[in-house]
Amino acid sequence: MNIYDIIFYLFAAITIVSAFFVVTNRNIVHSAFYLLFTFFGVAGIYVLLGADFVAIVQLIVYVGGILILMIFGVMLTNKITNVNIRTGTVQIIPAAIAVAAFFYLLISTLFNTGWKSVVAGNDLPTTHNLGMMLIQQYAVVFELLGVLLLIALIGAASMARR
Amino acid sequence: MTHIGLNHFLVISSLLFCLGLFGIVTRKNAVMVLMGIELVLNSANINFIAFARYGNFGLQGQLMALFVIVLAAAEAAIALAIVLNIYKTFSNVNVDEIDTLRD
Repeated sequence: MNIYDIIFYLFAAITIVSAFFVVTNRNIVHSAFYLLFTFFGVAGIYVLLGADFVAIVQLIVYVGGILILMIFGVMLTNKITNVNIRTGTVQIIPAAIAVAAFFYLLISTLFNTGWKSVVAGNDLPTTHNLGMMLIQQYAVVFELLGVLLLIALIGAASMARR
Repeated sequence: MTHIGLNHFLVISSLLFCLGLFGIVTRKNAVMVLMGIELVLNSANINFIAFARYGNFGLQGQLMALFVIVLAAAEAAIALAIVLNIYKTFSNVNVDEIDTLRD
């Protein structure tokens, strides 16, 4: 049980417990803050997998962008004159049974598949190689993502302005 | 207990996916459904990066995860603009009370 395993279990616990509280909490703002902790846990898991650049991008884009946008959405779509914003749930028991069955299916599939996995330990330097791949092999995807972000920006701004 | 391998990360990703799915199915508020969708996208990202490390793919899994993050950001922006418009029309963002197209 070396330090890597301990840190993995710590980040896995942060992620799963926070995600559980995201989906079972009645208060929307509390759920948004538990989602923040989930994103931090997932960024820690990315670092443990040797993806440091993706972890920082996750923190910047998800925590600093999408989460703030969701809190904006919560604040603008609820009558916040009452202090606590409660929300309801529908049909917890059938959903829990179905999701548990699907989880059992997923776990049995992944444990019964013989993954031809290599022994990890050959972590490439990420930032330089990702940059070179974006410009050389995935240049078309890169440009298309820029166009897609432009479309999303124009669409969201014009829709929310009406 | 064995050392941390590919299966541990896949179990984490499956748990996150099922929790996100539970959030999408049971929540009434539209922003809560969007939070469930973000959980599902994060679980797919963990899968991509786990296979980028434990497979033999170089860094293509991490690049795919970057694309997924970009798409999630664009989708969250558009979805929240739609939710704002729904709130303007119905004064309500419960997904089971917005059913005026149904007859």
